[in-house]
Amino acid sequence: MKERSLVGKAEFRSYYGRPILKAPVWRWFIPAYFFTGGLSGASATLALGAQVTGNRALRRTSRLVSLAAIAASAFFLVVDLGRPSRFHHMLRVARPTSPMSVGSWLLALFGPATGAAAVSEVTGVLPAVGDAAGVVAGVLGPAVATYTGVLVADSAIPAWHEARDHLPVLFAGGAAASAGGVALQFLAGDAAEPARRLAIAGAQVELGAKRGMERKLGPVGEPYHEGVAGTIGKAATQLTLAGAAALGFGRSRPRLARLGGVLVAAGAAAERFAVFHAGIQSAADPKYVVATQRERMAKGETVGRPS
Amino acid sequence: MTVVLPPDGDLASSYDSHPQRMGFFTDTSICIGCKACEVACKEWNRVPEDGIAWLGSSYDNTGSLSANTWRHVAFIEQQVPALPSVGGDAGVRWLMSSDVCKHCTSAACLEVCPTGSLFRTEFSTVVVQPDICNGCGYCVSACPFGVIDRRESDGLAWKCTLCYDRLKDGQQPACAQACPTQSIQFGPLEELRARASARVDRLAEVGVDGARLYGHDKDDGVGGFGAFFLLLDEPEVYGLPPDPVTPTRDLPAMWKAAGRAAAVLVLTVASSFIGGRRARR
Repeated sequence: MKERSLVGKAEFRSYYGRPILKAPVWRWFIPAYFFTGGLSGASATLALGAQVTGNRALRRTSRLVSLAAIAASAFFLVVDLGRPSRFHHMLRVARPTSPMSVGSWLLALFGPATGAAAVSEVTGVLPAVGDAAGVVAGVLGPAVATYTGVLVADSAIPAWHEARDHLPVLFAGGAAASAGGVALQFLAGDAAEPARRLAIAGAQVELGAKRGMERKLGPVGEPYHEGVAGTIGKAATQLTLAGAAALGFGRSRPRLARLGGVLVAAGAAAERFAVFHAGIQSAADPKYVVATQRERMAKGETVGRPS
Repeated sequence: MTVVLPPDGDLASSYDSHPQRMGFFTDTSICIGCKACEVACKEWNRVPEDGIAWLGSSYDNTGSLSANTWRHVAFIEQQVPALPSVGGDAGVRWLMSSDVCKHCTSAACLEVCPTGSLFRTEFSTVVVQPDICNGCGYCVSACPFGVIDRRESDGLAWKCTLCYDRLKDGQQPACAQACPTQSIQFGPLEELRARASARVDRLAEVGVDGARLYGHDKDDGVGGFGAFFLLLDEPEVYGLPPDPVTPTRDLPAMWKAAGRAAAVLVLTVASSFIGGRRARR
């Protein structure tokens, strides 16, 4: 898509060009969590599919991947806090208006469930409990993989908030692609086939969501094409495209399929970092805030004030 | 654990009985840029030093509100035709404005806070409890005004408390007390709103162009500010958003988008176990 300059280089006024918004204080742990959280959630759902269809090798692999990824997620989330020792304050209240509060409670249910499924898988202890936990984790998995899209969208940052319709499905696609791609690394033959197909379908969803998002955003989406976000975003698309192609030809070529799996997972990870940096860039330039709001006012869509 | 819906500014749901809603009316038309408010705030609230530097933006060497700046005086120099009614040098207009947390009726920081650290006081102001905050930083990205920020030294979110401690003792906030021109007026919000409307009318009468109220409208995107302003130019000239909206207003639509995305994910996984015919040769 060709880049357009913001509202035809319309003049906008500012206070010495200084940002109106504060830059997000989150560090790289947060986009890393968006990746591992999505991987864990989608892997749990993939494991449930394997559980239902009797694909034992895939079930085992996906349960273990889900546990490893959720453990990494917990680490990323806690170390990013300003006061990591107070992480448990997240469970002081349940606040429906805070996607982070909703997500904390979701993880508090999902983590133990996917952990129990994995432990039962490895030890062979209480397989019925493991299967029940696998069902809980598999059902919660899609929520874990997509609520993060709401988390970033529920902010004042134009590149995030204006992308609110597309971020969850973008993250869902990346989660599916990475769950399939990672599972492929540990499987071969027929057992691996659902993972390969999931990786391809996830990559398609991700690429489609990204195109839709760019089209919808228009000028407010400028940060996605510029600077660090633009570079990482372009790399993400190329990795995902190359990975999907390798996966497509990898039906009976396990090594090619594995390479494809690595590429789509890397693409999904890069996409989260691109979104993260686009938000930082969007907050840094007051023109995005002013242009978005002035445009809204010009259209008479101002909240509460009838046009 | 308790399920807590964050209260909005009318307080009906949170307290059985409560004092009147208190707030600020900052009339920038009489601000002289003395920065007594910045200093009084720092001293009373023991806010740490936030860097001493020349910013090259008129007399403003503070830059913006932050974790360590809860009142910020903006200085704007404009080339304009002489305005005899206002005075000053012909050809130059100097705008000065003391910015502060808006204590929104629908406060994004409070709505997204996952720990319950941010809360609505009995005066309908929005305050951080530093012993509860775990420094998650969500409020920082949620505030449409870029007010609240995380302090590097202690990892906690900080902003104006509207001097909650002083209010409880029947005092006015330190900045309002220190203001020598009554540019910063403190009082019951309803009273301030009436006073502000009269002031805008008066300025129009004497021929001051462009005087407008910012944040007094209860129907705006944040439900009206608890601390609102009289400005002499567009809000963005002062570094303020022209049409702020609390991001959580769109939350129902966002959860629906997440629901659709979750459904897509379920279908994608399910189809990867089914669609085998095409793949087989």
